[in-house]
Amino acid sequence: MTNSIISIKDLSFGYGDRLLHTGIDMEFPRGKVSAIMGGSGSGKTTILRLIGGQLKPTSGQVEVDGTIVHKQNRDGIYRLRRKMGMLFQHGALFSDLSVFENVAFPMREHTNLPENIIKDLVLLKLNAVGLRGAAYLMPPELSGGMARRVALARAIALDPDIIMYDEPFAGLDPISMAVICDLIRSLNDALGATSIIVTHDVAETFSFADYIYFVADGVVAAEGSPKQLMASKLPFVKQFIHAEKDGPVPFHYNAPSMKEDFAL
Amino acid sequence: MNINTKTLLKFFEKIGRSFSSRALRLGSATRLFFLILIYSADSFKRIHLTIREIYFTGVMSLVIIIVSAFFVGMVLGLQGYYTLQKYGSSEAIGVLVALSLVRELGPVVTALLFAGRAGTAITAEIGLMKATEQLSAMEMMAVSPIARIIAPRFWAGVITMPILASIFSMVGVLGGYVVAVPIIGVDEGAFWSQMQANVDFRFDVINGLIKSVVFGIACTIIALFEGFDAPPTAEGVSRATTRTVVTSSLAILALDFVLTSFMISG
Repeated sequence: MTNSIISIKDLSFGYGDRLLHTGIDMEFPRGKVSAIMGGSGSGKTTILRLIGGQLKPTSGQVEVDGTIVHKQNRDGIYRLRRKMGMLFQHGALFSDLSVFENVAFPMREHTNLPENIIKDLVLLKLNAVGLRGAAYLMPPELSGGMARRVALARAIALDPDIIMYDEPFAGLDPISMAVICDLIRSLNDALGATSIIVTHDVAETFSFADYIYFVADGVVAAEGSPKQLMASKLPFVKQFIHAEKDGPVPFHYNAPSMKEDFAL
Repeated sequence: MNINTKTLLKFFEKIGRSFSSRALRLGSATRLFFLILIYSADSFKRIHLTIREIYFTGVMSLVIIIVSAFFVGMVLGLQGYYTLQKYGSSEAIGVLVALSLVRELGPVVTALLFAGRAGTAITAEIGLMKATEQLSAMEMMAVSPIARIIAPRFWAGVITMPILASIFSMVGVLGGYVVAVPIIGVDEGAFWSQMQANVDFRFDVINGLIKSVVFGIACTIIALFEGFDAPPTAEGVSRATTRTVVTSSLAILALDFVLTSFMISG
C-alpha cells in the first residue's frame, strides 16, 4: 500500500517479559477506513495507544505522517496528537462538563478562537452527529449511544487527519450501532481523514471498512478487504467471521488434564 | 538448601519486596510533586480552575470545620476550667483555649478533617477519571492532565488549608468563650485580656499557619497521588480512598511532631 499516513514496521511490544505483539507490520492509507480486529486481549487497543504515543514499542517503530512516534519528546508527541482524534470505548466524556463544553474543550485548549466562533463550531459538530439539541445536557443524562456520538463530535472538533475508534460499537443497541457506522464512514469521507477502528464486531465492520487486519497471537494473522477476508480459507479468520465456538482459538482455557483434575 | 534457609530467604524476599514497593511509591509521589511544580505555570494560566477547586475543597468543607471547631472549643473550655480552677487560675482559660487551638488543635484537627472530607473526594474523583479514561482522553487531546487536573487541585489544597485552620481556631476560641464566660461565669475581661497578653503573633500564630501550610501540602499531594496511582477498578479506587485517609492522618501526626520540635527548639 502506498500513501500511508501511518506505518507500523516490525513492531514488538510487551509488558515485562511477556510480549503482546511480535513483528507487526501495518499500513494505514490516507482517506481510508481501516479496521483492526481480533479477540479480546489480543492487543488491538494497545496498537492504538502505540500510534498515539501513550506506549513505547519494545522494538520496531510506528511512523505517523513521516514522524517516528517513540523518538519524539513530550512536545513532539503532543504536536502529533493534535493531528489525531480518538473515540474511547465508553466515550470518556469529562463528567463535570456539559456536552457543549466537552466538544469545546479541544478548541479552548488549542486555539484562540473567539467565543462566538467556538459556539458555532461546537453546534456544527454536534449537528453532524445529530445531537445539537443535547448541547446543554450533562454526560450522566446521555444514553450510551449518545455519549459515543458526543465523544465523536469532540474527537473531530479540530478536524483531525486521523480518527481512531476504540471499540465504537461495544454495548450499543442496533439502532445506535447503525448510526455510529454511518457516522464513521460519512465523517471520514467529509473530513478527508483516515480512520482506524479497533473492534470485534464483524457484521458492522465488514459493511463499511476499506481494509481489515486480523490480529491473533501477537501477529497479523490475516489482512485484506472485507471481500477478500470473507473468502478466506484461513481457519482463524473463518472461526472469527462465522463466530464458531471451537477452532484455532480453543473453547477451553489451558487446564490440567481431566484425569488429573477429577482424579480419574 | 534446607527448609529453614528457604523459609528465611522467602521471609527476606517478602520484606525486600514490600520495602521496594513502598520506596517506589514514595519516588513516584515525589516525581508527581515536582511535575506539579513544573506544570504550575501552565496551571496558573487557567486560574479559574484553581478558584473552582478552592470552592470545592474549601468552601464545601466549611460546615464540618465550623461545627467541629465550635465543639472542640467548648470541650477545651470545660476541660480547661475544670483543671485550672484547682490551681485558682480559672481566668487563664482564654489563654489555654487560644494556645491549644492556634498552636496545635487548629492545624492538626483541620488537617485531619480536610483529609477525611476533601482528600477522599480528590482521590475518588481522580481515580474515577482514570478508570473512565478521562485522563487518557485528555492526554490524547494533547492536554496535560497534570496541568489541567492535578496542579489546580494541589494549589487549591495549599491555599485552602491555612484559611480553614485559621477559621477553625477562631470558631474554637468562640466555642471556648461561650462555655467559659456566659455559662460558667469566668470574667469576660480576664478571658480576652489574658489571651491578648499571652498569645504571641510570631511564635504562636505564624507557627500554626506554617504547620497548616505543610499539612496542606502533605494531605493534598497524598490525595492526588493516591487517585492518580489507583488501579482503574472500583476496588482500586476504594482502596486508594482508604489509603488517603490513613496515610494523610499518619503523615499529619508525624509532621506535627517534627515541626513542633523545630519550632520549640528554634
